[in-house]
Amino acid sequence: MEKATLRGAFSKKVLEEAKKDKDIIVVATDSRGSAQLGDFPKELPDQFVEMGIAEQNSVTVSAGMADVGKKVFVIGPASFYSMRSAEQVKVDAAYSHNPVMIIGISGGISYGALGATHHSLQDIALMRAIPYLDVYIPSDATQMKSLVDSQLADPKPSYVRVGRGGVPVIYPEGTKFERGKAVKHGDGSDIGIIACGQMVYRALEASKMLEEEGIHATVLDMFSIKPFDTQAVLDLAEKTGAILTVEEASIYGGLGGETAEVLAQNNPVPMKIMGIPDEDVPNGSDTEVLEYLGLGSKGICGQAKALIARKK
Amino acid sequence: MCLTAEKKKELMLKAADIRQKTVEIIIRGNGGHIGGDLSETDVLVNLYDYMKFDPKNPKWEGRDYFVLSKGHSAEALYAILNDMGILSQDALEQYGKTGALLGGHPTKKVPGVEANTGSLGHGLGLATGMALALKMDHKPNRVFVMTGDGELAEGSNWEAAMSAAKFKLTNLTWIIDRNHLQISGDTEDVMPLENLHDKAAAFGFNVIEIDGHDHDQIRAALENRTEDRPTCIISHTVKGKGLYCAENQASWHHKTPTVEQYEQMKKDLDEYRKGLE
Repeated sequence: MEKATLRGAFSKKVLEEAKKDKDIIVVATDSRGSAQLGDFPKELPDQFVEMGIAEQNSVTVSAGMADVGKKVFVIGPASFYSMRSAEQVKVDAAYSHNPVMIIGISGGISYGALGATHHSLQDIALMRAIPYLDVYIPSDATQMKSLVDSQLADPKPSYVRVGRGGVPVIYPEGTKFERGKAVKHGDGSDIGIIACGQMVYRALEASKMLEEEGIHATVLDMFSIKPFDTQAVLDLAEKTGAILTVEEASIYGGLGGETAEVLAQNNPVPMKIMGIPDEDVPNGSDTEVLEYLGLGSKGICGQAKALIARKK
Repeated sequence: MCLTAEKKKELMLKAADIRQKTVEIIIRGNGGHIGGDLSETDVLVNLYDYMKFDPKNPKWEGRDYFVLSKGHSAEALYAILNDMGILSQDALEQYGKTGALLGGHPTKKVPGVEANTGSLGHGLGLATGMALALKMDHKPNRVFVMTGDGELAEGSNWEAAMSAAKFKLTNLTWIIDRNHLQISGDTEDVMPLENLHDKAAAFGFNVIEIDGHDHDQIRAALENRTEDRPTCIISHTVKGKGLYCAENQASWHHKTPTVEQYEQMKKDLDEYRKGLE
């Protein structure tokens, strides 16, 4: 299966668009290499702003630029943008309605051995509690590119988290995604699996494995953490009667928490939240650590079966 | 260009009116950051006279921008916007009430306000972003931002200062309302800022120090620009200026005057006005 990095997909896409529109600005914080920005700074030096290692100021300055009409994309490590500059995101971007799009790269545990300082496991919980801020965790390169199109068509303060390594391309090039609308895969009624980011691919693999055992699953790609597709969650609960959520984030306050809020208040069905436990994460590549924590496709499969057994 | 004697008198009288109006807002709303409101008044009155700004169209594209980073001192700004006919008297009277347009910190929902501030240490970075975007488009608009002095303990100011100098934002003027007091006392006891002039210069600014209650000095500083650097005006002021019981008192950082204190202020201002005639 073809693989691509989402940071690379973003950079390619934004360069293409920025060549057509001089108001598109990319802001980096000594992160142009890890952002895979490639030739952007060289080709469009007047549309590239290097802020140095200063995430807080880079969000604030970007908000000021957006305020006077620039279409600003800020790119740098998700861990620092979601926590160190959380107040700048809240006040200068979201509360001030300055439509900056922040691309948090190397999110989740994808920095691997660089450890806890570089993991961003609280970003969903933090960012989604900020009014007027959209939050996205795209699952593949096609989705990432579509988010850039949506942002340019209708700019909003937003936080996008992507990983570091290449992930399988799930959707054909050019597929358009609507913000706030989950993407449904399959139509099984035994269990509903809701995932985001690089867990979507693993959830799809798990659903194939379940199918081989005669268990029919439906998978929702919930790339749009906010706005959240409440209706899709409720429809899925109605159809399957059991919901499993899978995310590369803390088990507290993330996609699982968000889903539980909807179910508990509308249609409580048996549910299980799979994510990163509330403790130190072992060193290792994200793929290895996800397997170790039981978050690989086999682990998802096992939890799905255990959850089905709890159905009334 | 210096101020004419007539213009200077006009600005001094205007500042007296704005001080009185500011205190009235605070008394009616039962609260406000009166000390910083009264220290910044002369500079703001002079700035709104000097800036390119159309009160009939506060969103005019050709305008200069002003960001009040010390957002807690919003009442003086509201008084000025009201004086220019942008904010109604009714809006002033609703200040601080549930659901009112005007609260203790300014927001962009208020016509004429450029930034949502309140959390300190954001304004200089916002103004830097605005000035950078305007410079990219070779636009003539200038950007003015006023921070407090106690506010400068927030490190984000220095990140912003570094970047404003890097981008050679000659269209940016950073005004520091240097009244030497913050809520807990003297700035030099709470977290020393001196030597502030050298600090700002070392960060790459064209630094000017003025008496922030002297309209000739204020105007000259607002006009001052260089070819290669942003400008920083250290505006030495008296916290609580014009309300004598409050002058240079840290306890008046956020406080409501009594009716007697207000009456005394009115008497003092009337005498001041007469002295100018």
